[in-house]
Amino acid sequence: MDWMKLFRSERKNSAHVARDRLKLVVMHQREGRGAGPDWLPRLREDLLAVVRRYTEVADDAVHVRVQHDQGVDLLEMNIALPEEERGGSVSKAGST
Amino acid sequence: MTRHLLIIFGGLSALAKIIVVTSGKGGVGKTTTSASFATGLAVRGYKTAVVDFDVGLRNLDLIMGVERRVVFDFVNVIQGEATLRQALIRDKRYDNLAILAASQTRDKEALTIDGVQRVLEELAKEFDYVVCDSPAGIEHGAYAAMYFADEALVVTNPEVSSVRDSDRVLGLLSSKTRKAEQGEGTVREHLVLTRYNPARVAKGEMLSVDDVTDILAIPLLGIIPESQAVLNSSNQGVPVVADTETDAGSAYADMVARFLGEERAHRFVEVEKKGFLGRLFGT
Ligand SMILES: Nc1ncnc2c1ncn2[C@@H]1O[C@H](COP(=O)(O)OP(=O)(O)OP(=O)(O)O)[C@@H](O)[C@H]1O
Ligand SMILES: [Mg+2]
Repeated sequence: MDWMKLFRSERKNSAHVARDRLKLVVMHQREGRGAGPDWLPRLREDLLAVVRRYTEVADDAVHVRVQHDQGVDLLEMNIALPEEERGGSVSKAGST
Repeated sequence: MTRHLLIIFGGLSALAKIIVVTSGKGGVGKTTTSASFATGLAVRGYKTAVVDFDVGLRNLDLIMGVERRVVFDFVNVIQGEATLRQALIRDKRYDNLAILAASQTRDKEALTIDGVQRVLEELAKEFDYVVCDSPAGIEHGAYAAMYFADEALVVTNPEVSSVRDSDRVLGLLSSKTRKAEQGEGTVREHLVLTRYNPARVAKGEMLSVDDVTDILAIPLLGIIPESQAVLNSSNQGVPVVADTETDAGSAYADMVARFLGEERAHRFVEVEKKGFLGRLFGT
């Protein structure tokens, strides 16, 4: 892979990196907010533990939330895999 | 809070709309926006009061150019040391406009919710709009500023920490306000994107309007460009909206028009449009 190209595209798209990082952060932030069952945070912890039996992920890698859509309650889970698992194409949110 | 007080307030609040200008993050343009928004409403004929909630760090009086006329302040009124009539500063340039300054010497805890309620109730009798300039942060001062709001201007810069903080504030608006607590519906939220630089957006160096509206998912009320006119006007103590020949001034005037229900296309989204005014006004 041409490292110059990587370097250039990173510089050019810092706004895109910002957008992607923000989307994750905001998604995480909103979980505690909406009305959902009170076991949701524990489910999140358990899921995180299970995922970590197979691969290393950041603390904020697992997102769960309940959505109400046309009379249906939908449990949405979103697990962000580490970079290498995704072929390194997308940058990951800060894993502090 | 007793039910009794809330019923009284509920009756009066119908008279005036209370709008909080808030952001979470500091220095993003809340006071600049409060000053221009309130002045813009007054220019359009609405009786408007703008209240500084930033106790200890008052600045609205300077931006409005009335700093030498502050005798009594918001906290004096809450604590019964002055009447609202004594503390309200009537703007000399705009008949419909009045300013209530924050106290410079007290701490933010002086803004008790009951006290704020009494002052807002009284303002609601005379004014059509009460604009509350929130302090930064999500502590007591910001809470007091948003608690009685009917609508909120969420001031955001196209920058990661500001957008994240705005999202935090949206969470508070939907849970920590009187409307939310009493189940009286929701605070109507508006996004005000300030210090926008279309040239940097075009280069991929700055979050775009679409990025921010996509993430925050609230309606966009206005885009205020990064502009030298803001500094010029604050130097003189004249809200930037007073000069609609400037880019930021006209952006604020458009924002007020949209708030009042008029259709105005968003400007300053693209480089060439800014370039046009930029050439005229040297931005
Ligand atoms: N559109 C703009 N273009 C250029 N400078 C701006 C713009 N808006 C605000 N500023 C500048 O940014 C600084 C902060 O603005 P302002 O005081 O309105 O922010 P604030 O959110 O009220 O801050 P605080 O959180 O401290 O109360 C000021 O120096 C102001 O002149
Ligand atoms: Mg301020």
